[in-house]
Amino acid sequence: MELSFYLVQLLNAVQYGFLLFLVASGLTLLFGIMGIINLAHGSFYMLGSYLAYWLTGVTGNLWLGILLGLPITLMVGYLVERFAISFLYKRDHLYQVLLTFALILIFNELQQILWGSDVHSVAIPSLLAGSFQLTENQSYPVYRLFISAACIAIACGMYWVIQKTRLGMTIRAGASNREMVQALGINVNRLFAFVFSLGVALAGFAGMLAAPVDSVYPGMGENVLIISFVVVVIGGTGSIKGAFVGAMLIGLVSTFGKVLVPEMASVMVYALMAVILLWRPQGLFGRAA
Amino acid sequence: MSTLTRSLPLLAALLALVLFPLFGSSFYVGLVTRIIIIAIFAMSLDLLIGYTGLVSFGHAAFFGIGGYALAIAFQDASVIHLWQALPLSLFAAALAALVVGWVSIRTSGIYFIMITLALSQMFFYYFFESPRYGGDDGIFLFLKPVLMVGSEDILNLDHENNFYYFALSCLVLGYLFLVMILQAPFGKVIKAIKVNEHRVRALGYSTNGYKLVSFVIAGTLAGLAGFLEGAHTGYINPAYMSWHESGVCIAIVILGGVGTLYGPIVGAFIIVLLQNFLPEFTEHWQLLLGGIVIAVVLFLPRGATSLLPRIRSLIRMEKSISLSQEEKAKGDADG
Repeated sequence: MELSFYLVQLLNAVQYGFLLFLVASGLTLLFGIMGIINLAHGSFYMLGSYLAYWLTGVTGNLWLGILLGLPITLMVGYLVERFAISFLYKRDHLYQVLLTFALILIFNELQQILWGSDVHSVAIPSLLAGSFQLTENQSYPVYRLFISAACIAIACGMYWVIQKTRLGMTIRAGASNREMVQALGINVNRLFAFVFSLGVALAGFAGMLAAPVDSVYPGMGENVLIISFVVVVIGGTGSIKGAFVGAMLIGLVSTFGKVLVPEMASVMVYALMAVILLWRPQGLFGRAA
Repeated sequence: MSTLTRSLPLLAALLALVLFPLFGSSFYVGLVTRIIIIAIFAMSLDLLIGYTGLVSFGHAAFFGIGGYALAIAFQDASVIHLWQALPLSLFAAALAALVVGWVSIRTSGIYFIMITLALSQMFFYYFFESPRYGGDDGIFLFLKPVLMVGSEDILNLDHENNFYYFALSCLVLGYLFLVMILQAPFGKVIKAIKVNEHRVRALGYSTNGYKLVSFVIAGTLAGLAGFLEGAHTGYINPAYMSWHESGVCIAIVILGGVGTLYGPIVGAFIIVLLQNFLPEFTEHWQLLLGGIVIAVVLFLPRGATSLLPRIRSLIRMEKSISLSQEEKAKGDADG
């Protein structure tokens, strides 16, 4: 049992890490490029999960649900950026924290109004419902592997967009010197609106993917949000690579922590962050201020 | 404006608070006690946000630790001595603030916000998951602290009015203490750090030391508020130190007026009253609360108390306009 047990835990850790990466990469882009601290990011994860639950119920198919849900998250992201976030670019972080905190209150209440306070679950699509038999009593669900695969695909896509395309070049330039990009005649407002919507869609997509393995419940975004902050801090703000390494580290520590020292598992994640910050205050891949 | 006229509204407000229990029913005395406690909590955060320039998003941790220290040490006691319980809570909160501050003040900006948030979550989860301290059910306290000399109790907090006046004295003393340290050289240095830390360091000050002292003072005051809250409600649970509380506390500081000390007291009145009375109108009151907070961020970033001088200057401007018109009219008549 020993080896296969650890293998299952390792797979779980990686899958959890990937989901965290989707949420945290959006967060870290917002920090790095727009200088925005967005507490409402967890709400978009929750929105994704609830959309998956609702649209799967309506259409009877998770794939259709995700397909219909993604444009909705993009639109929500665009509207939130235009009507709230865009007023805060020149303001102190303090006001960004406060405004996005208020957004959480509003999103939580909207979720109560639209979907009530029950816990819901989403069925795993029949195509991926099976599981791999590792040993006689250890198996691993196919759907969890699919989550990892989908996240790898997204990560590769993001890498390609950011490293190889003109848009990605603008994003990278924006992350290293916002004023210069503006001075060179790039429409920063449009870039910011795009990056924000993209971040929202990534968080929403993570929520949709996670809906069938975790249940869908009120306040689910907030746990994800805080852990994603930890990931961003560990990796260094603005660094996608850092977000990836941070997400994997947190995935491993929290999954194995839960198995080996259950009563200290949540504390360990934060202790890890504290240790890393004592060593490198700007995070693993962050630039020194 | 002389100091007297400037502090006149404050003295009037204090007088109103002192007289309040003579008129208010016990429900309202309890409610205002809670407001006073939250005001102490928010005022302590204002020392960090408004004066030192440290946006702490984990301030509720020290509030919770103040409460937990009381509950853990005295949950089975037959009598809670105030002179033992209060210093213990303050010490526990100060110690926690020292550790959290030591780790976090070496960072700044977004990092500082997130580190304080994450470290306070660490405390939250520790109490949330520890069965020894009641887990998420928390701890009940069936007694109120008393101050005894010999066998005679000279202050029994079991009476609502006694508790009210005790909390009010804590608020007033806390306020005066903060005013005092802000006028002292220490206060000048931390205010300078908020404006330009590099320059203060260049002048030869060890800025991290000043920031840490400020952090510990704020944490200790938050612990005082947590002690009062735990003693007042007789119940302490991990939700006290959740990041939600930290967020609401920032909202109170901004709503009232950041960097004023009396602003957070006004903010505490507004938010706690809203929290109490909005649910009577609608089930979805958080929607309204969120909307109010957003409106404040967008349209009133200096908080509610910034309206007062604005109104005052408007009145003065009108006066001076009418005066100058009178003079002009006089001059015309003379000419």
